[in-house]
Amino acid sequence: MGLKRKDLLEIRTLEPAEIQTILDTAASMKEIAGREIKKVPALRGKTVVNLFLEPSTRTRTSFEIAGKWLSADVVNVSGASSSVMKGETLLDTAKNLEAMSPDCVVIRHVASGAPHILARALRCSIINAGDGMHEHPTQALLDLLTIREKRGHLEGLSVAIVGDIAHSRVARSNIWGMRKMGMTVRVAGPPTLIPAGVEELGVKVSHRLEDAIRDVDVIMMLRLQQERMTANYIPSLREYARLYGLTLDKLRGARADVLIMHPGPVNRGVELAPEVADGPYSVILEQVANGVAVRMALLYLLLGGRSAEVAA
Amino acid sequence: MNLLIRHGRVIDPANALDAGADVLILDGVVSQVGPGLPAPVGTPTVDAGGRVVAPGFLDIHVHLREPGYEYKETVATGTRAAAAGGFTGIACMANTNPANDTRAVTDLILARARVEGAVRVYPIGAVTRGLGGAELAELGELAEAGCVAYSDDGRPVMNSALLRRALEYAQAFGKPIVSHAEDAHLADGGVMHEGIVATELGLRGIPATAEEILVARDIALAELTGQRIHIAHVSTAAALRLLRDAKARGVPVTGEVTPHHLVLTDDALRTYDPNAKIAPPLRPKRDVEACREALADGTLDAIATDHAPHALADKEVELDQAANGIVGLETAIPLCLTHLVGERVLDLPTLIARLTVGPARVLDLPGGRLTPGAPGDVTILDLDREHRVDPGRFYSKGRNTPFGGWVCRGTAWMTVVGGRVVMANGIVTVP
Amino acid sequence: MTVREKAQVLDEQGIERALTRIAHEILERVGGTDGLALVGIRTRGVSLAQRIAERLRAIDGAKVPVGALDITLYRDDLGLKAEAPVLRATEIPFPVSGLTVVLVDDVLYTGRTIRAALDAVMDLGRPRMIQLAVLIDRGHRELPIRPDYVGKNLPTARREIVQVLLHEHDGQDRVVIQEPGA
Repeated sequence: MGLKRKDLLEIRTLEPAEIQTILDTAASMKEIAGREIKKVPALRGKTVVNLFLEPSTRTRTSFEIAGKWLSADVVNVSGASSSVMKGETLLDTAKNLEAMSPDCVVIRHVASGAPHILARALRCSIINAGDGMHEHPTQALLDLLTIREKRGHLEGLSVAIVGDIAHSRVARSNIWGMRKMGMTVRVAGPPTLIPAGVEELGVKVSHRLEDAIRDVDVIMMLRLQQERMTANYIPSLREYARLYGLTLDKLRGARADVLIMHPGPVNRGVELAPEVADGPYSVILEQVANGVAVRMALLYLLLGGRSAEVAA
Repeated sequence: MNLLIRHGRVIDPANALDAGADVLILDGVVSQVGPGLPAPVGTPTVDAGGRVVAPGFLDIHVHLREPGYEYKETVATGTRAAAAGGFTGIACMANTNPANDTRAVTDLILARARVEGAVRVYPIGAVTRGLGGAELAELGELAEAGCVAYSDDGRPVMNSALLRRALEYAQAFGKPIVSHAEDAHLADGGVMHEGIVATELGLRGIPATAEEILVARDIALAELTGQRIHIAHVSTAAALRLLRDAKARGVPVTGEVTPHHLVLTDDALRTYDPNAKIAPPLRPKRDVEACREALADGTLDAIATDHAPHALADKEVELDQAANGIVGLETAIPLCLTHLVGERVLDLPTLIARLTVGPARVLDLPGGRLTPGAPGDVTILDLDREHRVDPGRFYSKGRNTPFGGWVCRGTAWMTVVGGRVVMANGIVTVP
Repeated sequence: MTVREKAQVLDEQGIERALTRIAHEILERVGGTDGLALVGIRTRGVSLAQRIAERLRAIDGAKVPVGALDITLYRDDLGLKAEAPVLRATEIPFPVSGLTVVLVDDVLYTGRTIRAALDAVMDLGRPRMIQLAVLIDRGHRELPIRPDYVGKNLPTARREIVQVLLHEHDGQDRVVIQEPGA
């Protein structure tokens, strides 16, 4: 049973059963990473285009490996996001790509809603690898997989997401995903970085790190998005690190078996002290490994059946 | 031009008229209104067949884009769109290229209108040079050239001291200032209303407060100077509270609202449709309801479309990059009839008032009434005609509307300017 | 699709005996349990492989490693079905290079599953030898694949379905022939 959909654009519109399928499939694929010959023929002959119009080495590499291990042909296209600067609109770029018959386009873009433009215009599958401040679905899925692996289940667990929630697509995707899987979510950060109406998404809001991390099963620290901020959300990095950075000291108030997560890359010394990032509670590297498995699962589920064209 | 319109239901709110009657136009001017009018031999006659006959509708907020952005719209195409939509007169904004801050540009617009215009065109001149918000434009010269008001619309005049001077200085010419009331700093970078929908969509929001703050400021300056300010495209309950209160106190302030702010909410952005990206942005339900109430009780004096045509290239991009604006001339009447009158927000005479005498009073325009001596401009409505919005058939160059495919009940059936029929049954006929 | 049972071809005892015989045959042909591994093809092949391994242990005393192979990613009909088939994990916790690997499946039919299994096993290493044990061979091969050990040969018509029921999955031990229709 694959996903009955052409694209993976956001977690917000996924059913819990679909999330379950993706996680189960990803779990089944993990052993491929342990083989000597890391290749299965499942997507042989399929073409996956990584259209990364916003800088990212980590996610792009992860998708590239995922595609290649499934024997797909992976093509990387990167460039400046602003269509004004390039002179060619996103739609034009995409239509030009489609003329080369890819089976899937994985897109990362600086503008929220960019994958939706592609999904409407192109016949092939579209996977959202991060659009503006909107969503980063594969990140949330690999986060869920990591938590499930470590804890054995998801329902009933509690999570604190800390940092620049307002500008974070990782936060949004995780809030949707975790709530759908029956978890409790708290968000914490300076009030200027908590978005309007976020309580309506079913999360509790806190402005103090110490309060937020007490008794939770998982602490997810977000990168302070310097590049997304315009002026005056916080007075200085120094104050932010002091109030909202996670140090060993502050961890004393958390559970002994708490999991520390971070989507990466980590601003060491800002949101995470180096000892915490490298310490025993941290599952950051597991997240990265699971990233490949989740992306393999998605490629398999979206492309492993009849193409949308043939099926239509 | 002469024209006799027979057997209409004449609704003329300025003269408190709602009755079966004929309208006789002689030499381009209203001659008589009454039942069974005699007409000189050979007068062209139109049988309105019981349809609603109203004073020609006026849209006091239109972007004609000429000079400088002719690829989006021209005076010729924009006025044809107006005629098609049932409007007999439009006021056009100054954010052209070059801006309408000198008589040279005003003259150009009026010349184009004389030669190619399908309806009457009333230019609005800039408040500041180049719309830069720093120096006063030559308001006197603009008035002499024929501008009916001043506005930097597209942008707010952020400098309160400058706006005060403009209001005081404009007193000599008796023209009001039309304000685009949106605090530029609060609105900076925003693409839609700041609220839960923007949070879910990951889009930067513009808080309602951006409008409220400048409306409060504008009202205070109108009070200070005793000069008229007209607030363009009001969209929030907060601004309307201030407007209602100011009017009750006798402050010389007026307001207008667009059809899209009366019909759509910020949910329209959920599909990231660039055709729903406008300034001020679409608001949540409670603001839409407040606008409807304010239109009904007269706090809002006029409906004005803020017709803002854009080329496909300006809109078919990522939402952050897309230009702000919707075309409105050819959808206003069907939408207002269906969703305001049809949903009992307003009765028909009130709707007509907001499209005729209301806008006429705001900008001191001739027309908006069927008093003898008034311009022979008439809009005839077919209330029963079903109409599907088809952007592909617009007379406007702009196709940027979120209403494509909407089915409405009621359209403009005929548009008459100066006694000449410029639109009949959806077809614009201009020599 | 509704199916009705047409006939029972093996009962619980029949399955027992067949597996016991296969275990003996493997010992005989391979010459002992040294360097031997069983890989069951998901899903029921895995249970059968475990049962054979138990019998080998009972006979020979040695513990033969058992792995589980999911061949979904190697199927030749991926991209032909409307949706991607459900994927389960492959768990072969021992290196296959140099071993005699006996693949175990419940029903051998067209041979395509075994072809996929061969490719999958070869991707994991280079076995010394690969053999095939199946509980039922129902004929109608579409590829040149032949079993080394067969529980029962069963001539069938193409429209028939051969269903192996095992208590680990289905609560009973039987092999039945089914036919579509009420």
